[in-house]
Amino acid sequence: MQFPTSPPPHVVAPNTVGRVMRIVIYALLPTIVAHVLFFGPGLLVQSALAVATALAAEALALRLRGKPLAFYLGDGTAIVTALLLALCLPPLAPWWLVVSGTAFAILLAKHAFGGVGMNLFNPAMVGYAVLLVSFPAQLLSWLPPHALDIQTAELSFAQTAATIFTGRLPEALAWDAITSPTPLDALKTNLALGMTMQEALANPLFGGLGGRGWEWVNLATLIGGIALLMLRIIRWHIPVAMLGSLALCATIMYAVDPGTYPGPLFHLTSGASLLGAFFIATDPVSAATSDRGRLIYASGIGVLTYIIRTWGGYPDGVAFAVLLMNFAVPLIDRYTIPRIYGHAERP
Amino acid sequence: MTELAAFVLLLTFAGAALFANRVAAKQAELVERARLIERIDRILPQTQCRRCTFAGCRPYATAIADGAADINQCPPGGDATAAALAALLGRAPKPVDPRFGTMPSIPMVAWIDEPACIGCTKCIQACPVDAIVGAPRHMHTVIAAECTGCELCIPPCPVDCIVMRPAHELVTETTHPSALLDAVAS
Amino acid sequence: MQTAVRARGGLRLEAHKERSTRDPIATAAPPAHAVLTLDQHAGERAVPIVAVGERVALGQPIARPSTLVSAWLHAPIAGEVVAIEPRPAANHGGAPALSIVIANDGSDARHRERAIEDFTALAPAELRQWIGRAGIVGLGGAGFPTVAKLASAAEREHLALLINGAECEPYISCDEMLMRERADEVVLGARILMHALEARECVIALEDNAPQAQQAMQAALTRAGDERLRLTQVAAIYPAGGERQLIAAVFGKEVPHDGLPRDIGVLCHNVATAAAVARWVARGEPLVSRIVTITGAGVAHARNLDVRIGTPIAQLIEECGGYTPRITRLLMGGTMMGAALATDEAAVIKTTNCIVAASARDLEPRQPEMPCIRCGNCAEVCPAFLLPQQLHLNAQALDLAGLERYGLMDCIECGCCDYVCPSQIPLVERFRQAKPHLAAHLRARAAAQAARQRYESRIARLQRLEAEQRQRLEEKRRLARRKDS
Repeated sequence: MQFPTSPPPHVVAPNTVGRVMRIVIYALLPTIVAHVLFFGPGLLVQSALAVATALAAEALALRLRGKPLAFYLGDGTAIVTALLLALCLPPLAPWWLVVSGTAFAILLAKHAFGGVGMNLFNPAMVGYAVLLVSFPAQLLSWLPPHALDIQTAELSFAQTAATIFTGRLPEALAWDAITSPTPLDALKTNLALGMTMQEALANPLFGGLGGRGWEWVNLATLIGGIALLMLRIIRWHIPVAMLGSLALCATIMYAVDPGTYPGPLFHLTSGASLLGAFFIATDPVSAATSDRGRLIYASGIGVLTYIIRTWGGYPDGVAFAVLLMNFAVPLIDRYTIPRIYGHAERP
Repeated sequence: MTELAAFVLLLTFAGAALFANRVAAKQAELVERARLIERIDRILPQTQCRRCTFAGCRPYATAIADGAADINQCPPGGDATAAALAALLGRAPKPVDPRFGTMPSIPMVAWIDEPACIGCTKCIQACPVDAIVGAPRHMHTVIAAECTGCELCIPPCPVDCIVMRPAHELVTETTHPSALLDAVAS
Repeated sequence: MQTAVRARGGLRLEAHKERSTRDPIATAAPPAHAVLTLDQHAGERAVPIVAVGERVALGQPIARPSTLVSAWLHAPIAGEVVAIEPRPAANHGGAPALSIVIANDGSDARHRERAIEDFTALAPAELRQWIGRAGIVGLGGAGFPTVAKLASAAEREHLALLINGAECEPYISCDEMLMRERADEVVLGARILMHALEARECVIALEDNAPQAQQAMQAALTRAGDERLRLTQVAAIYPAGGERQLIAAVFGKEVPHDGLPRDIGVLCHNVATAAAVARWVARGEPLVSRIVTITGAGVAHARNLDVRIGTPIAQLIEECGGYTPRITRLLMGGTMMGAALATDEAAVIKTTNCIVAASARDLEPRQPEMPCIRCGNCAEVCPAFLLPQQLHLNAQALDLAGLERYGLMDCIECGCCDYVCPSQIPLVERFRQAKPHLAAHLRARAAAQAARQRYESRIARLQRLEAEQRQRLEEKRRLARRKDS
């Protein structure tokens, strides 16, 4: 009897890039739910817009590059990029912001470099950075969390969508009345105005750990992140090293002057620290690839995040920290090749 | 204030390092030259064929290091060697100059038609890598696996009994690397 | 018995051994025609010493080793040599290779060889030489001639013998069944090998998922009463039974990348190899049969058979109730490193440990390949601590310097990286394709360095000769001058 042949191994684990991305999307759900609870349904509209734009841009790029559409569209990488970018944008940001940011991320940061697996920089962070440097006013006007007593109006889903698409608020509402800076932004501005830490933190935006509402969103992110760790989609090196170095920097500076520098818990639970540690910095394509390399890479992100937050021009620094360390990845990879079995030294 | 201090400190360090480097570089110029020759020599194919007009690979390497020769004079190394030399020396790559000779498309080694050999030892003296064995008035032979294919043994032979033959005919796969290269390429 | 030890890297895989270990080992009927491939061991091909038409007895030598790394072949049946010609060979995936074909006369008339009652009476060197006559090769799958392995470590002091019973690949159970049913043979073989090597200790390693084999081996060790032998359990993590991985797990030492186990005072033999040595020395039976696992959902009755070397695989399948309709592929070896056979006409060779008649359920076919996303799953499981993702990148570009830096030649082709890759990249296949290029490059470089050394020593010699000659000339002139004056 004759049989077809094929090279070994003859079994492979039923794991695909599509499955990995699906799990990442599920792991983002707690964050999305918490976000919607505290900041209204804006994120849902932003996410839908981002995903639609990402898929359209991905399809266009694949078409132009002559690649099979259905195969690559199904891998879910564009959806993850879109969701991460949407999570970084203010819930009421105008529609053209999310559309242009996502299109930039997919077309330039991803496909111009060769598509999935080839991008040197994290596409979502490229999109966010481009928006942040181009339209800082829109990017920095957030909503106050619903938990706050200063809340003046709660927008319905329809009102939210209308605001995003028209750029105009419903009658009788003024932008000033419903927007507020993020806690990191507020702290930075107030400290710059000469307030002491106690005075700055007396603002109702701040809660027990970090910003009110933000604490809960970050906790939800932590849950999703731990799920990713347990499902072995990501490994501990990047989150631990990034959060560890961020906390270390914060602890040192807090010890130096608690009146000027907030403590480590504030940093860990504010802004995009946890989202960055578990979902953004862990993007394997643009991260360092060996265990030691990942420790160095993520420690760099933690330190840079702290520096940008504390002394830089923007309230949060995760996006820029990630992009800056993306630059360093080829160098890190070059010098962190592990020792091979039977060799005395590293190559 | 602290930033300024750190900046000044950093500048001082950088300046000091640069200065130390300059001093060390001056002192170690000779060592540096020897090291450069060694690095160039490692890139060369060690055929020792003298097509480059120098007495062997190391003399050619010395000439390159001293600026007395260009990087495109090595036909056995081909464009790959010229490119590697260009990368090492930070110059623009260029193809091998055909005036320095060409190489056969497959690796060749010298072969002595032994019945015709008169045992004059002239080829033994010509071989730069001691790949020919024999004694006066006794038949000589080429150790095919050690022959680099330089062809320097051919002109001295008074009876024209040395010819170049494809390496894979004379060397088994396990003993001659170029034969393997050939097998892989085809 | 201590707790199971383990090496770094590797994968926990489903063992798939239950079906084939349900029944005891059965003896397969001798084949009507035995086909013996001349290059069925590692190293050089054996040279036939019988002619077509010659009658041979069971166990009679029919081919001799051509070099030091080669092995004897013995007739697995009594009968007539009917052909020496290319036949489908299992070690070539079913492609033809020069083989000796013997027609069975049904008599099983034996070629008598002496049995050695007390192996300790022989000097170790004499014993090694005697073992070389049996045609035994590494039965774990590598097929390296045992006598050559013994010779590589001969005269080394304080050697530790490692008997490898860690059968880590899925589906294969022949070593487990051997240890369960013929533990005394394994222990005797280990003691003979110890004497041949003058080894100071012997560790028999087996996986922690084979309790019956462990009990049987423990009982055999107690019966033998030799204090120098002990059992060790290794965690059932593929590829625990890889020689270098097993040595690292058991002894906590790594084999140098450019060296052999003997360089760190260890020599490793498979349990089946040890048993074959015992049968040869104690009973005068050369290697003419071995235990083969026949399994997979493509065969009706999975089991282990004691098979004569040279039996066509089709006949073994018949003995196990034939193919089921689900058969899709035929593998020799396990599902991780086994080779797919194009035809079941190929005959069992010395290294055939397992035949998987695979159904679609046994195989997990690959999805379409995606670009690498650098997730690093492959690096986490690599038992050689490589970065397969970086090797893949360099293999795509055939960047030889990169491939060397990332250690391509240290890849043992175990398939772990391939197994876990979410992008479904056939990494091992890519590495196997790139290896000859790098090997050729490394050899060319070594040859160039050798030529350089010869060139430099020649220059030095010529300079020395010239200096000597000048000195002699000087001497002569001085003498001449003195004579003149």
